[in-house]
Amino acid sequence: MTTALAGPSGAGIIDALKQARVSHVAALPDITTSAGLLWPLSSDDELHLIRLSKEDEGVSICAALSYCDRRAVVLMQQTGLMDSLNNIRAVGCEYQQPICMIVGLLGKEPDRSPTDSASLGVRIVEPVLDAMEIDHILIEGPEDVAKLPPAIDFAYLRSRPMVALIGRRVET
Amino acid sequence: MMQRMACFEKIAACRDGAIVVATYTAAFEWHRVDPNPLNFVSVGAMGQASSHALGLAIGLPDQKIIVLDGDGSLLMNLSALTTIANAAPENLVHFVVENGTYEANGGHPIPAQGRADFAGMAAAAGYAEAHSYEGLNQFAADLPDLLSAPGPVFAALKVESGDAPPLNYDYEWLHSANRRREFKDAVRPLLKD
Repeated sequence: MTTALAGPSGAGIIDALKQARVSHVAALPDITTSAGLLWPLSSDDELHLIRLSKEDEGVSICAALSYCDRRAVVLMQQTGLMDSLNNIRAVGCEYQQPICMIVGLLGKEPDRSPTDSASLGVRIVEPVLDAMEIDHILIEGPEDVAKLPPAIDFAYLRSRPMVALIGRRVET
Repeated sequence: MMQRMACFEKIAACRDGAIVVATYTAAFEWHRVDPNPLNFVSVGAMGQASSHALGLAIGLPDQKIIVLDGDGSLLMNLSALTTIANAAPENLVHFVVENGTYEANGGHPIPAQGRADFAGMAAAAGYAEAHSYEGLNQFAADLPDLLSAPGPVFAALKVESGDAPPLNYDYEWLHSANRRREFKDAVRPLLKD
């Protein structure tokens, strides 16, 4: 008999964003985070949702908001992360801006680490981030959500990019 | 057809404290026309000027934000039109300098050079206003209204390619992280809380 592994709580992630003084979320829908996180975010009174047409727009929007002393995160799927790498490289890495990203890992098995996934698209994410010298954390279970506020604080303190990978479907 | 520098001189005369986000060749030429700490240079990832401008417009809702985009740059981030239209920042004015070429990369033609209707694209995406100009007198006459109308406002400026004196591309200045820190310092007095 197998027991389903618990995913992180969407309400918990929203509370963590508020704890980290995030005011804006720039997002494209991702099925890993859609029901548990993006739908609740879209009706949250405190967090402002900016709906993106393409993920790399969100990198620039978050950088620009940081110039205005506003904290923001980009919410997307790992495919969007891959599509945004050049902008992340330029704005986040070379221009040293605090680009914080929450990335749903579509296709990742709940009981495997990302690098052990059977999916190439999942397996390469952490090595790519390592190659780009981008900080990253993995949020799989409810207890991992506590990693998010200090990771965002650190990104803004040091003005550098950060990725929070969501390894299991976010729960409502 | 207009000359880019002449258009920029008109915009500079009406700037009135606005933040100006400019990209690539436009950034160098704008900096030559109106050097100012509130000039933001959007480079590194082509096409992102309008998205930076949107973030600034959202973060500083009481501040006029002008973006000086290129036609090739807009094509590389065309999706920004719907994102901007959806966010609907009233303080954003989006100029696209339409010279039909990738001027900084050898002057090759953009796809659909002379056939693409950029103002039509912006209007169809949902901008509050979208215009296209070929004559400087009409552009100069309309400019105060473009800058004061509730946005997002879009204007395509049809200009001659390679009309300005040769530029010295200072790539170290262009890509400097310090340049971004200086811009942030310049924005700080504009923050309300």
